[in-house]
Amino acid sequence: MSSKLTPPQAQAALDTWTRKMIKWHFSPETGCDYWLTWAKAAKWDPRKEITCFADIAKKFPHFDDDVLRVEQPERFVPKAYAKRPYNVFETGGTTGMPKQRVGWDDYKTDYEEYSDHYGPKFFPKGNWLMVGPTGPRRLRLAVEHLANYRGDSCYFVDLDPRFVKRLIGTGEMAMARKYQEHVIDQAATIMRHRKIVNMFTTPRLLENLAERMSLVKAGLKGVFVGGTTMTPQYVRFVVEEVLEGKINFAPTYGNTLMGLAISKKITKADNYSLTYYAPQPRATLRIVNPDKPEELMPYGEYGRVELTTMTKEFFVPRFLERDEAIRRPPCDEFPWDGVGDVRPFQSLTKTIIEGVY
Amino acid sequence: MSAIHIPILRLGEAYRSLDTQRHSVGGETLEVSVANSGLIRRDLRHLAKSGEALRAIPCETLVGYMEKAAELYLHGNLPWGDGDRLQSPADYAAALSQLTGLPHSLGRSNMSKVHAAMSNIRAVIAGLTRGLPHALFDTGVVRQDGLDVNFFPQTDSLGVLLPSNSPGVNSLWLPALAMKIPVVLKPGREDPLTPFRLIQAMIAAGFPREAFGFYPTTHDGGDQLLFGTGRAIAFGNDTTLKKYAPYRHIQVHGSGRSKILIGDDYADDWEKHLDVIVNAISANGGRSCINCSSVLMGRNRDDLADALARKLAAIEPLARNDPAAILCGFANPKMGKGIDERIEELLKTPGATDLTAKYRKGPRLAELHGQTFLRPTLIVCDDLDHPLANTEFMFPFASILQVPQEKMIDQIGESLVVSAFTHDREWCADLMTSTNIERLNLGPYSTMRVQWEQPHEGNLFEFLYRRRALQGDLVAV
Repeated sequence: MSSKLTPPQAQAALDTWTRKMIKWHFSPETGCDYWLTWAKAAKWDPRKEITCFADIAKKFPHFDDDVLRVEQPERFVPKAYAKRPYNVFETGGTTGMPKQRVGWDDYKTDYEEYSDHYGPKFFPKGNWLMVGPTGPRRLRLAVEHLANYRGDSCYFVDLDPRFVKRLIGTGEMAMARKYQEHVIDQAATIMRHRKIVNMFTTPRLLENLAERMSLVKAGLKGVFVGGTTMTPQYVRFVVEEVLEGKINFAPTYGNTLMGLAISKKITKADNYSLTYYAPQPRATLRIVNPDKPEELMPYGEYGRVELTTMTKEFFVPRFLERDEAIRRPPCDEFPWDGVGDVRPFQSLTKTIIEGVY
Repeated sequence: MSAIHIPILRLGEAYRSLDTQRHSVGGETLEVSVANSGLIRRDLRHLAKSGEALRAIPCETLVGYMEKAAELYLHGNLPWGDGDRLQSPADYAAALSQLTGLPHSLGRSNMSKVHAAMSNIRAVIAGLTRGLPHALFDTGVVRQDGLDVNFFPQTDSLGVLLPSNSPGVNSLWLPALAMKIPVVLKPGREDPLTPFRLIQAMIAAGFPREAFGFYPTTHDGGDQLLFGTGRAIAFGNDTTLKKYAPYRHIQVHGSGRSKILIGDDYADDWEKHLDVIVNAISANGGRSCINCSSVLMGRNRDDLADALARKLAAIEPLARNDPAAILCGFANPKMGKGIDERIEELLKTPGATDLTAKYRKGPRLAELHGQTFLRPTLIVCDDLDHPLANTEFMFPFASILQVPQEKMIDQIGESLVVSAFTHDREWCADLMTSTNIERLNLGPYSTMRVQWEQPHEGNLFEFLYRRRALQGDLVAV
């Protein structure tokens, strides 16, 4: 997913991709019922008025992800995919109806790009173990595809985050701890009896597992994590102590709507501060002013994370994530803006159930 | 000049975190390293070594170290943090005042209180163990009244979530070290200085550094500390109490709701004891759980209330360095404002009057001397069901009620300290058999009165140690 383009070339590529995707989603032959109906009601034709990526911020309102809860998933099926059965991926749903998105090959594309970015030395050949939310999540198929794409197989231990959030929400901390132990027991059993070389899990579960055993002695070589905020101190702790400075570590930022943003190489010189880069042009992350979301924040300042996803399967313009992050400039590996030190939006002023698994 | 940095102490080893809290002290930046919860959990797995280090030293020696540490804490120059700079007692008192809002005078009185808890460690331990010899902590067995008694530690450590409101509460965990139990402390956000200075004093006096965990951390980290230690103490309000009530290894020090009950035999002499009552309400800026928050008497309520309101209203906010200062500023001004709004809201419930309002020199909430204060408040309540009748706030606040003496014990609810102004033999007997009073002062004494050999708020020895039946051949013991 890293790119050899210069920032202006990457911008030009994003503009070209934007025109292509807008044409796809708003043409009656290829678009989906939801967006075609939306354009009709909005009384403007995106195919004519969107000429570059910047136009998206000017013309489209923020996507309200509640429609993914309310609308039937069929309404988001592009005509070009009408004959192919789709996967339904869910997010949320601790109480009430979860949000659902349809998909076909996007998760494969995302995880193949991710796999290519890291290469064979980072995640050496061998079995994978996923310890985390499976169920109706994209991640379950994605991690297995990642392993398979690299010629490997994957074991799974499930964790139901909806149940954990519910326990915490009702103050049943003892039960939440028991459930976490139950998950770690299963993961530790697999680690002890099978040859596991690479792993996907959440940072908290990784910590818990490392309290049961030395992950280095267990033979682990590469770990990729996602799911919760990681402060620089937390990253340092994972790298130096949990992974004993000997296991490759790849933090990611992503969700069902976006796919997978990759972290710039972690260095001590950067004080272990994480910066994620979206899989542009398929998805773009901007850091916007929370009070005036049409404005970008200056580099180095915190703002709200705004996501635009544009693939043939799915179109999400200007979705305001429930996260905030520092706007970071392009780097050697990625010639577009990055998002640094992500944390829940307004986490300094609100109580948030986060990092529970 | 580089910032002063207070490190995490990972069972003695200083650690600089990338997450820090920053404070400004005397124009300098004070950085406090903040531990992530996983780091704490990881360290707690190594507590066995901390216990070994303490067990290698005879209890009598540790007690001596504690007495020496008392002097170092009060008079010595000790490390500010992990650098070379030393903190004098004056530096400490000034910084403490700036961070917590405590006037210098109260800071110094709290220092004296902590010093006394350390220098009187022999009396404290005697009070906790009811006079068992110190050898108990070396061998586990001592002979008492012709009987061999064996006590064993129920835990490998004592975890403590400290508050910021009053440095004096640190005296609570200190005896654990002399009893050979390592401590793992989470300091209050506004007062990392006191536990750090105490630890430095104790290490300088001879205690092994491995015996101390010092983890400024988040709520999550605090929970890890409470659940990762075999015995733990948390300070907080009723919510904290409810949260940890199901866990018997956690002792919660919640609201004190301490009271003065004036017996019928003292009700006509209230004037003689007015200053004691004012002291009970206002000493230590009203921040302690042993401050009196309700006064109950069978008659003459209105006379006492009026006199008390005049005295309390005369206590004005003063600058932190004023030797006469009694009131504490709020380190977080929003807290003071919130308390004021809450009281005003509850005063809308009929049956309560703020009697101090007509005597004080301004509104309850005051912005003075660069700080936010709450002026002392006395609420006259018609009955104990009023929401302001049996509550407490972090400033000199009390209610006053007229309740028949014979109904007081049943109506007061859980009370940390009760000072019963009485010499009525029958009522004293009833008070001594009541189940809702933790510490009972008989006679006209302030609720703030502390006797070192009379532990209150749970017995730390009984919390940390348990007696075991021991029979058979004890020749090898």
